[in-house]
Amino acid sequence: MKILVPVKRVVDYNVKVRVKSDQTGMETANVKMSANPFDEIAIEEAVRLREAGIATEVIAISCGVTACQETLRTALAIGADRAILVETDAELQPLAVAKILKAIADKEGPGLIIAGKQAIDDDSNQTGQMTAALLGWPQATFASKVTIADGKAQVTREVDGGLETLSINLPAVITTDLRLNEPRYATLPNIMKAKKKPFEIIKVADLGVDITPRLKTIKVSEPPKRTAGVMVPDVATLVAKLRSEAKVI
Amino acid sequence: MSEYNAPLRDMKFVLQELAGLDQVVQLPGCEEATPDLVDAILEEAGKFAAGVLSPLNVVGDEHGVVLENDVVKTAPGWIAAYKQFVDGGWNALACPTDHGGQGLPRLVSTLVEEMWNSANISFTLCPMLTRGAIEAIELRGSAALKDAYLPKMVSGEWTGTMNLTESQAGSDLAAVRTRAVPQGDGTYKVFGQKIFITYGDHDMTDNVIHLVLGRTPDAPEGVKGISLFVVPKFVLKADGTPGARNDVHCVSVEHKLGIHASPTCVLAFGDHGGAIGYVVGEENRGLEYMFIMMNAARFAVGVEGIGLSERAYQRAREYARDRVQGTELGIKGGGKVPIIRHPDVRRMLLLMKSQTEAMRAVACVVGAATDAARCHPDEAVRKENQAFVDLMIPIVKGWSTENAIDIASLGVQIHGGMGFIEETGAAQYLRDARITAIYEGTTGIQANDLIGRKIAREGGQTIKALIGVMRKVEAELGKQSDAELTAIRKSFAAGLNALEESVNYIVATYASQVQLASVGAVPFLKLFGVVAGGWQMARAALASKKHLDAGTSETAFYKTKITTARFYADHVLSQAMSLSYAVVNGAEATTAIADEQF
Repeated sequence: MKILVPVKRVVDYNVKVRVKSDQTGMETANVKMSANPFDEIAIEEAVRLREAGIATEVIAISCGVTACQETLRTALAIGADRAILVETDAELQPLAVAKILKAIADKEGPGLIIAGKQAIDDDSNQTGQMTAALLGWPQATFASKVTIADGKAQVTREVDGGLETLSINLPAVITTDLRLNEPRYATLPNIMKAKKKPFEIIKVADLGVDITPRLKTIKVSEPPKRTAGVMVPDVATLVAKLRSEAKVI
Repeated sequence: MSEYNAPLRDMKFVLQELAGLDQVVQLPGCEEATPDLVDAILEEAGKFAAGVLSPLNVVGDEHGVVLENDVVKTAPGWIAAYKQFVDGGWNALACPTDHGGQGLPRLVSTLVEEMWNSANISFTLCPMLTRGAIEAIELRGSAALKDAYLPKMVSGEWTGTMNLTESQAGSDLAAVRTRAVPQGDGTYKVFGQKIFITYGDHDMTDNVIHLVLGRTPDAPEGVKGISLFVVPKFVLKADGTPGARNDVHCVSVEHKLGIHASPTCVLAFGDHGGAIGYVVGEENRGLEYMFIMMNAARFAVGVEGIGLSERAYQRAREYARDRVQGTELGIKGGGKVPIIRHPDVRRMLLLMKSQTEAMRAVACVVGAATDAARCHPDEAVRKENQAFVDLMIPIVKGWSTENAIDIASLGVQIHGGMGFIEETGAAQYLRDARITAIYEGTTGIQANDLIGRKIAREGGQTIKALIGVMRKVEAELGKQSDAELTAIRKSFAAGLNALEESVNYIVATYASQVQLASVGAVPFLKLFGVVAGGWQMARAALASKKHLDAGTSETAFYKTKITTARFYADHVLSQAMSLSYAVVNGAEATTAIADEQF
């Protein structure tokens, strides 16, 4: 069974992001970029499944600019077997990525797609779900535990009320939550081997999918600055304030 | 507490613009080190340094090590981190490929080691010592010794130590008394006590391989009678696995100013009948072998200084951004500001930043020359590079470590009273840095080596050629009309004159008045370091200017580089004149004063 793992290049989680002065988006020029942390968890899970003999091949895929090659190299160094970059300079929204993933899945025929539950830049949390819908596959999102057996995946999901366990037929789409695993550090021999692994670059035009954005960003702005708190003399005042000013009770 | 972030952008700049990775990768044996691979290695090493080694730095400092039941116990987390380090294959990075190493160029390992040292110098000392021991066995060991020990040492499954010092034999190794008695079967029995043995014992691996300097019974007196032996903690069985406990024991661990988590051991050899040892190479040539490895060891200690400087800078920078204190000078009615707004704090931060960048650049340029000296197909080029490396080793070691102490001290100063409190972490870097100017040859020893062996002995040939190379950079700056580059040139030109004046003085006086010349040895070492740093900062400024003129998306980065070089020229390079004054005029009082007048 092949596993396809989409990996997004995002602003590194250590970077304090800033809004561009013209409010058209976030400042990404000369900012350190890394693989989306949830996607690293997805790669780790896929590699573990291959190491356990359940999967035969892990394919990492990224959609976007040429520099996404670096991100894919991280995935190869963790242990993915080969990489595909669907190259474009155009803005990609979740639906466009889902369409690209469907096109690649149609071509590669993976038994499983493991994706991060969301990317830490736009926090959309849509790509995995949309991909499953386009492919007509079952989906299990926010996975904190995955077991594969007899053509099915048993997935424990982190939901508001606690944990929910689903059994879904393969092929399927699974999206990873934070506690699914802790990604390994790439080893030096694997970093060096990563260079020699197959790396395919496809122009998005060659896939024949419509990646036109469906949403328009009107303005990006900083959240309002938090104002200083006030000390209340007693509980009664607190309750009164919560009721009359904050209107939360 | 702030976390370590590997300075990847500056490292990349140094690799591409100053140290010439593009040329190193063309050397036979270095072909693997393509820019994309090197980027990936630095990126992942940075993650490992920040995620695994850095969190243990304070833990190690607080816990230190304990000798218990004949074993030195390392701090909590150390065993697991070391295993992760070995499993990650990091130990083998710069090791020769014959026995499982990756054989990556020194230029690359320099930056990776800087990261390890920034994250946790006490940890890093263990693989550093192992590498020294590997090098000794690799250079002169018999095929049997190599096969028996190198694969496990290259992987890091076993660690190595260097046993040189005895209580009466510190900087003067001629006084070594450890005895090695041949047993007639090719082995020796070693007796004696060694002190200051870094990672002389620990609980992280199932064997420790000691390299020991000692004398055979009929050895001549002095330096020509010292041999080098391999003494394993556990004698290997026929199948190559560790067997019986050898008669080498840690009898105590030292309490130190810094590097608490690195065990500094007193080792007793042969208290219970003799420790089994094997000679490396030929008898009586041990010190000569040690000298071959000296460059690498001294270079590595210089990199420790750079790593600590970077870490101290990062922490001070974070603190200066966060700590709000006072209002901005000259602004009436303004609010409270973070201390990074105060001119003196900015000056201190820039002293830290500019010197750290200069030291990194110098070390990488020397690292690249080390690769060329080892791998270049043309013998003349190899020789030329080796001469440059030999000249620069005392600078990378002496200048980087002396600066590291000052830089870590500035880091404490920026924290104010909080810097003196251990919880902020700033003090640890200062304590840890202090040893780097002492071990592997004190700054005084580096400076004597520099003015004697490296300069006076050859009439200053290599350094004068280097000054010629630097003059070309000065001329290049002269073609620029930009105000910042002009200011850099002014200071760099004055620095070069000062350096030349001092070199001439040393060459003229060393042979006839070695005492006079030697008073100025350390000021000269600093002078040379300051100017060499200025040379690299000038090159950095020129390269940045080129990018800015050509148009770049990284305007801020390159502008910062030029401004940093400008600061270095104004505040650091400008010290060259006073240092040269001390070299040329400073000897009289030192020789005039009688011992009892102190």
